[in-house]
Amino acid sequence: MYPASFSYSSPTSLDDALALLAEHGEDAKLLAGGHSLLPLMKLRFAQPRYLVDLRRIANLSGIERSAGELKIGAMSTYAALAASDLVRTLVPMLADAAAQIGDPQVRNRGTIGGSLAHADPAADLPTVMLAADAQMAVVGRRGTRVIPAQAFFVGMLTTSLAPDEVLTEIRIPLADAREGSAYDKCRHPASRFALVGVAASIRLAADGTVLHARIAVGGMGPMAVRVAGAEAALKGHAPTAEVRHAAAALVAAAVDPQEDLQGTVAYKRNLAQVYAERALASAVHRAGG
Amino acid sequence: MTAPTTPAPSLFGASIKRREDPRFITGKGRFTDDVVMPGMTHAAFVRSPHAFAIIRSIDTSRASALPGVRAVFTGEQLAAAGVNGLPAGWLLPDIKVPYRPVLSVGHARHVGEAVAVVIADSAAVARDAAELVDVDYEPLVAVADTATALSHPTQIHDIAPDNRCFHWSIGDAAPVDAAFASAPHVVRQRFVNNRLAAMAMEPRASLASYDVAGDELTLYVTSQNPHVHRLIMGAFVLGLAEHRFRVIAPDVGGGFGSKIFIYPEEVVVAWAAKKIGRPVKWTATRSESFLTDAQGRDHVSEAEMALSNDGKVLALRVKTIANVGSGLSLFAPAVPTYLYATLLSGAYAIPAIHCEVDAVFTNTTPVDAYRGAGRPEACYLIERMMDLSAKHLGMSPVDIRRLNFIPAHAFPYQTPVALCYDSGNYEPALDMALTKADYASLLQRQAEGRANGRYIGIGFSTYIEACSIAPSQVVGALGSQAGLYESAHVRVHPTGSVTVYTGSHSHGQGHETTFAQIVADQLGIPMDAVDIVHGDTGKVQFGMGTYGSRSGALGGTSIYMSLQKIKDKAKKIAAHLLEAAEADIEFEGGKFYVRGAPDRAKQFADVTLAAYLGHNLPSGLEPGLEATSFFDPSNFTFPFGTHIAVVEIERSTGHVTLLNYIAVDDVGNVINPMIVDGMVHGGIAQGVAQALWESVHFAPDGQPLNASLMEYAVPRADQLIKYNTGRTVTPSPVNPLGVKGAGETGTIASTPAIANAVMDALSPFGVSHIDMPLTPSKLWTAMNGSTGGL
Ligand SMILES: Cc1cc2nc3c(=O)[nH]c(=O)nc-3n(C[C@H](O)[C@H](O)[C@H](O)COP(=O)(O)OP(=O)(O)OC[C@H]3O[C@@H](n4cnc5c(N)ncnc54)[C@H](O)[C@@H]3O)c2cc1C
Repeated sequence: MYPASFSYSSPTSLDDALALLAEHGEDAKLLAGGHSLLPLMKLRFAQPRYLVDLRRIANLSGIERSAGELKIGAMSTYAALAASDLVRTLVPMLADAAAQIGDPQVRNRGTIGGSLAHADPAADLPTVMLAADAQMAVVGRRGTRVIPAQAFFVGMLTTSLAPDEVLTEIRIPLADAREGSAYDKCRHPASRFALVGVAASIRLAADGTVLHARIAVGGMGPMAVRVAGAEAALKGHAPTAEVRHAAAALVAAAVDPQEDLQGTVAYKRNLAQVYAERALASAVHRAGG
Repeated sequence: MTAPTTPAPSLFGASIKRREDPRFITGKGRFTDDVVMPGMTHAAFVRSPHAFAIIRSIDTSRASALPGVRAVFTGEQLAAAGVNGLPAGWLLPDIKVPYRPVLSVGHARHVGEAVAVVIADSAAVARDAAELVDVDYEPLVAVADTATALSHPTQIHDIAPDNRCFHWSIGDAAPVDAAFASAPHVVRQRFVNNRLAAMAMEPRASLASYDVAGDELTLYVTSQNPHVHRLIMGAFVLGLAEHRFRVIAPDVGGGFGSKIFIYPEEVVVAWAAKKIGRPVKWTATRSESFLTDAQGRDHVSEAEMALSNDGKVLALRVKTIANVGSGLSLFAPAVPTYLYATLLSGAYAIPAIHCEVDAVFTNTTPVDAYRGAGRPEACYLIERMMDLSAKHLGMSPVDIRRLNFIPAHAFPYQTPVALCYDSGNYEPALDMALTKADYASLLQRQAEGRANGRYIGIGFSTYIEACSIAPSQVVGALGSQAGLYESAHVRVHPTGSVTVYTGSHSHGQGHETTFAQIVADQLGIPMDAVDIVHGDTGKVQFGMGTYGSRSGALGGTSIYMSLQKIKDKAKKIAAHLLEAAEADIEFEGGKFYVRGAPDRAKQFADVTLAAYLGHNLPSGLEPGLEATSFFDPSNFTFPFGTHIAVVEIERSTGHVTLLNYIAVDDVGNVINPMIVDGMVHGGIAQGVAQALWESVHFAPDGQPLNASLMEYAVPRADQLIKYNTGRTVTPSPVNPLGVKGAGETGTIASTPAIANAVMDALSPFGVSHIDMPLTPSKLWTAMNGSTGGL
């Protein structure tokens, strides 16, 4: 319950935050919603000496549409994402996922930036970011860079963020009409994280065949992954139940679940299949298919 | 204070909103951790990371050197200072009671066992220093599994060969063997009754302070029974005089049994407060709760039922291995014996029953009473066996139960396993439940569903349970080291308001409401004029506390008895004031009057004032108006009823959805129906959770696998449904209130109802039994033609 002692500051500008990170190096940690970091500190699994709170920095939250992109400030909470009309209409899978994270307390504190930077293997948003082909805007002392989602997630609890960088914004490319997306997850009975979570984004051609598909799966392996095989299996086909079933089977084949109290490997693969089918069915439906 | 004079309507049986709730829901409760004292210090415990290890040495020097640390103590130091081990509160023939020091001496025997304590000026410093205590462990091969503990090469305690704590049996084996020898049908099943964590919302906490001037030690502690704490800690562990040791259990946020027992931490805190001359506080983290709160259940049983061709149960034979954990928690021996095997007759007339129990030590958290305590294990076993037997014989689960019910005319009914059921009438409860469930159309819906790949299951539990375990003389003969009566002192104040001092303890039960209802009802005064005081040995006469659904029947009855004494004396005074014969005085609606002349009357407050003025009392009558009673009933009470669960299993995922849940309970007379409903609802939630979600797991090396709320699945509101509850009323003859007890019925009845429903849903797949928790993975695996896997 009591973390090791630490110092804390809440700078009001990004520059100040970056300066503090530079000054304290490995001893410093950024604090966003605190819903992953603080539990780890209370259990003393993490013992940062210095916390830099991002809360008072202006312009880190907010959701806006501009030039074919949805821009989401890293400090936007899940509750804000789930309630945003922009998110709900333009990237419905993100609203699906945000609305199912934890409980109201978690949704009111936890942030998209914190979730992505933390990269928990059972978290929901990394999966969505992969299927959205999102770009991560990252600011460091050396300047700004933009990292595509697939290069951002590197492994279990690891991203390509440098310790002295701040994730400031998530940019999601927007397609025209006839695109639909959905996220569906099987919740862990205790933690409510994803036992498996599948995000699917489908674009249909005028003839109803799949022009483009992005499918990602999380919760069953060290990190969320895109499933190129499943995407290819959809492309160019009418997304019938059979085609979706076959694509979902490729998702189930791509995951790497471990047997634990929640189930056998066979059961978990089956969950991946079932939830992939569900996510695909609603994505296709939302795409007007 | 104004004298309460308005007569109240009858309050016994009324759904009065809980008087305690405004303070709880506005955050104004006063729990142990809320109490702050000047000069208070904080304890943090160093805990064993090993399930079984020799403690080679403990080096406290780095911890002691940390600024803010006042003291560091080890088990050797406490033992040298005369602190005794924790005693067992229930003894059985040939039981092995290992020495259970409050801090490890020589060995650590489960993960989380307290090895040393640091006391510091702040909780944070105490925690920091605890990490600086260097313990040199030599890990040993641990025993974790219940079923194989008896044959494990590791012996955990020198005094307990084969890790056997005791071997115990009940019932007569000869008629059982004879019945099995000639029975046309025998049904057998092995059952694992999974281990559970109690998970009270408020973690355990204690705060002790020592007053040098008065040589008095005060302990605030999360206890369901503060006098039991005082007696055992004072007399057996710390050697303190009871009159100089005050135990206060203020608001307590749930117990479910886990706060009955005496734990190492509270002993250490009490001892250290005196030793260092400063108040010492400790509050468990949730992680500590998982590792150290006594857990529940954990049986492995082999059951065999002998049946006639027409479905009559001829005999039941059970062999149970019960895991007691690393050492004996206070009432651990009673749970898998007198609270379990004595209930194996269920609601049925079974001519012959024999049960053998081996209790085993393992390198796991100690196991003791958890909501239901033994009775859920018995109910699960017998109710599952009834279903398996019905299936074997091709009978309906309803018919086999009806056929074997103890008939209404057979009460009091003596079972072959010691108990004599006080009263019962089982068919009306079953009938009411069937009506509420609309059973005929349910069966139709089930058949239609199956044809369409939907798997609906209907599960029954026609349960019985036993509350208010008593009388003291009998439980004493069976091994209890305590009496099991209850006490009440009712003090009527001069102006007619009333303070009740009850030996019961409320930690969620709503006594401040129900007990006040009894008083207001009996005295015809408003509930506002009644205060209920509990949980403080400095205020309340000796009492036994609250567990085993005993407070209504025993605590309530002791209040009732005191009220009769009060009324008798008040009547004498009223007769004197009204210049009438005592025999002619009636008392009604808060008013004493002369029979036939209702205008010749005295209000209750007139009489109470007269009692205290003493100016005008019948000759020889003492002034004052208060009375104490200790109620020791002649028998247990036996609530019963029928629960029906309707579930659907999703074919593709194994997910179970509750479609309907019917609970018809007979808890005797009901003081407050809303509070009883609340008890039933919470109990069902816990019982459903055992069947579907909750289960404490240890790896073979004794490491806990799911000791956190991120892993251990306590039920949430969105997983449960609105229950369809009903009641029949068969008053108990063993107490004047006719109440039985409602605190555990839900937990006891619901687990087998759910398990039976799930198995019923799976019957098209040819599956007859899966052990709990019935996780989606297990069900999916079974539906795919395999019984293996998780
Ligand atoms: C009870 C509970 C239930 C939960 N259930 C779910 C669930 O169902 N699904 C799910 O996905 N998650 C769940 N979570 C986790 C939750 O989503 C966390 O909020 C999230 O993982 C971290 O976000 P945060 O804003 O709280 O970040 P913090 O905890 O403050 O930080 C997490 C990490 O990210 C770093 N960080 C934060 N912001 C930035 C940034 N802008 N740039 C660089 N680094 C940064 C921090 O330094 C830290 O290392 C749950 C948490 C709890 C407590």
